Amino acid sequence: MLSRTADSLFWLSRYMERAENLARVLDVASRMSTLPTEYSGTMNEWESAVATAGCGSLFRQHREKATRESVVDFLVASPDNPNSILACIQTCRTNARAVRGAMTAEMWEVVNGAWLALQNVDFADISGPALARFLAMIMETSLRFDSVAYRTMLRTDPYWFQRLGTFVERADNSARLLDVKYHVLLPQSESVGGGLDYFQWTSLLRSVSALTSFQWVYRESVKPWLVADFLILRPEQPRSLIAVYGEITRFLERIADLYGRQGESQRLARAMLAQLQNTPIDRLFQQGLHEFLGGFINDNNRLGSAIASQYLQ
Amino acid sequence: MQPSPAAKREIMAPELLAHMSNGREIALAFDEMNGDDGATREVYAGLSDWLAATPGDQLAHRRGEAEAMFRRIGITFSVYGDEQGGERLIPFDIIPRLLAMKEWKKLEAGLEQRVRALNAFIADVYGAREIVRAGIVPEDLVLRNAAFRPEMTRIKPAAGQYVHIAGIDVVRCGEDDLYVLEDNARTPSGVSYMLENREVMFRLFPELFSKMRVRPVDDYPDKLKATLRSLAPASASKEPEIVLLTPGALNSAYYEHSFLSDKMGIELVEGRDLFVRGNVVFMRTTEGPKRVDVIYRRIDDDYLDPLAFRPDSALGVPGLMSAYEAGNVTISNAVGTGIADDKAIYSYMPEIVRFFSGEEPLLKNVPTWRCREQDALKYVLAHLGEMVVKEVNGSGGYGMLVGPHASRAELDAFAARLRHDPSAYIAQPTLSLSTVPCFLDNGIASRHVDLRPFVLCGADKVRIVPGGLTRVAMTAGSLVVNSSQGGGTKDTWVVDDDPAAPALPH
Repeated sequence: MLSRTADSLFWLSRYMERAENLARVLDVASRMSTLPTEYSGTMNEWESAVATAGCGSLFRQHREKATRESVVDFLVASPDNPNSILACIQTCRTNARAVRGAMTAEMWEVVNGAWLALQNVDFADISGPALARFLAMIMETSLRFDSVAYRTMLRTDPYWFQRLGTFVERADNSARLLDVKYHVLLPQSESVGGGLDYFQWTSLLRSVSALTSFQWVYRESVKPWLVADFLILRPEQPRSLIAVYGEITRFLERIADLYGRQGESQRLARAMLAQLQNTPIDRLFQQGLHEFLGGFINDNNRLGSAIASQYLQ
Repeated sequence: MQPSPAAKREIMAPELLAHMSNGREIALAFDEMNGDDGATREVYAGLSDWLAATPGDQLAHRRGEAEAMFRRIGITFSVYGDEQGGERLIPFDIIPRLLAMKEWKKLEAGLEQRVRALNAFIADVYGAREIVRAGIVPEDLVLRNAAFRPEMTRIKPAAGQYVHIAGIDVVRCGEDDLYVLEDNARTPSGVSYMLENREVMFRLFPELFSKMRVRPVDDYPDKLKATLRSLAPASASKEPEIVLLTPGALNSAYYEHSFLSDKMGIELVEGRDLFVRGNVVFMRTTEGPKRVDVIYRRIDDDYLDPLAFRPDSALGVPGLMSAYEAGNVTISNAVGTGIADDKAIYSYMPEIVRFFSGEEPLLKNVPTWRCREQDALKYVLAHLGEMVVKEVNGSGGYGMLVGPHASRAELDAFAARLRHDPSAYIAQPTLSLSTVPCFLDNGIASRHVDLRPFVLCGADKVRIVPGGLTRVAMTAGSLVVNSSQGGGTKDTWVVDDDPAAPALPH
């Protein structure tokens, strides 16, 4: 397939996934901000939302304080933010339009439908129920896109590049989410935060739709190191870093099989998966959770570059 | 043949004239449903009954559904010079336009004859130039033509074919009066609307299709692919690599490019996806460079290769013309076909057809005054208010004057332009295009239409799908059907009226 087509499929999937993650971050921040202030830890919810979205410094250039209004405005549709939810959907559609033939009609209709729906949203006045509806719509769109791609695409290279985009982005977003909250996940913080941090932990799980499944896996109440274990090292949790890298490795293997050639990206992905498989959670805490996650985000970016130079240029 | 002013009375016969008043004009135009005398023509009988029996609100509802379908599928086009830079829907009319099989057969034969003549003409113009030596087409009209490509005198395209895809615009002025209005021999567009219109009609009105035997058009992409494949260079393998070259997603016809490449299962490439090495064209793929044999290009000659033509073109592929000259790639349509698409050359088409086929042309030309000739210019200036004046090299309905609809000031301004550069224009009588019923906001009304059938010319044979794109001037009385000027489209049905047609096995 054309490199440019693969590139567009990879990136449009990343942007769709990114839009969903931003929506999840805002959804959880909205929920947390309704709790009494003493539950909210050292950082206010809106600051951590901006940090998770990976646009902290850009935000501080354009806004003075992280409040509900300023953060919602900035992350949803601000022209100052090239990675707002609105901008993500727009970029996704621009890429989709450039490679319509490489997607199925159903995928295009999901992307185009979302874009058309956004034309009718009044972003000047988005709060309360309108915000909740908007966020639900974005998450719904991403879920539909994902399932439509899964159910309608031929299992050839366009599909594997589409999947790779989704999962490389998901790995990045999951790691950032954990990194912003890493301090409440450290084992010793249990005594510091006590019961109050419970809401921080559960909100983390909720933001990746993993609160209920946590109970099924651990059968005990939410403990911070268990949350970290669940979201990093548990292969049965589909958003855990290890599960996402299992998928990434598999997709890259399929491409290598198809083309009859291995390369840098296969090697990198396998190395990252092996590292996750060979590190027990307590060693990970000894090394430092924050350091680990920072290293992971960098490695994930390196993988993105390796995929680009091997296939997309 | 250049009509002499003396012949004007004949040419300006009432059935060829559009009239100033919209109401009168429609009354005088040939209506394809009701004929000249108001009696429903045979081919429309079933449709006419159905229209009478279907309540207006039901039609309105279906039209709403059609629009939602087009928007959801994203069948849009962008308009140059549109400030909003937006993507617009082309207005779609839900009442099909019908052609009887016997009418179509006649048209089809005429189209094939015409496109064969176009190809023979272009081959001659870049070769022996016998038609010039025979004194039929003036030499300067060929050699000084902006669309003439001297490179093509050295390059012989595969199978000696130049125009592989032609869109011949045909208008109807009476029961048996078909005229060719334009030959689009560069990169004609609109075929995706023909196909999508049919698809939408199938979904909206299955009951109508069960009443009539409509000839299918949906094998057009197959036929196009077969045509392109037949034209692959000798160096290509049995499975030639065919690509569609688009200027990109901002182009007004981008939807069509992606639609066609998808239906044919070929890559949709931009200039930057291709490169030339050792006079061979390659595309950049995820598996490395891959050789390309046939390029169905939807960009103009000028932009194809910055080394050969416009150096500022970012849309093309440097070195493409060298690969073409080396015979390593087929460019479709061939470079330089614009010479046959020229409106001044158009006026010689009847002679061109006679010269190369030895037959009488089956399709008529609209009488045309070439303003480069002094007598003609004088006549045109004196009758500007009755004529349609077009730029010789224009397309898309831009830079065109419709005399009867122009104000005094517009006429004067145009007259000045004509005097300044007469050879850039041709003039034709304002034809009274036929009308067909359309479903508009106020109910059913007549609107003027034309027809663009698509003719495919391969190394092996000519292929034509039965139908084409019917363009509708949506404004009452308007004669401009171009989508860039607010025209709409409707589905065109070639209806099998042969009672001996075999019934389905049961």
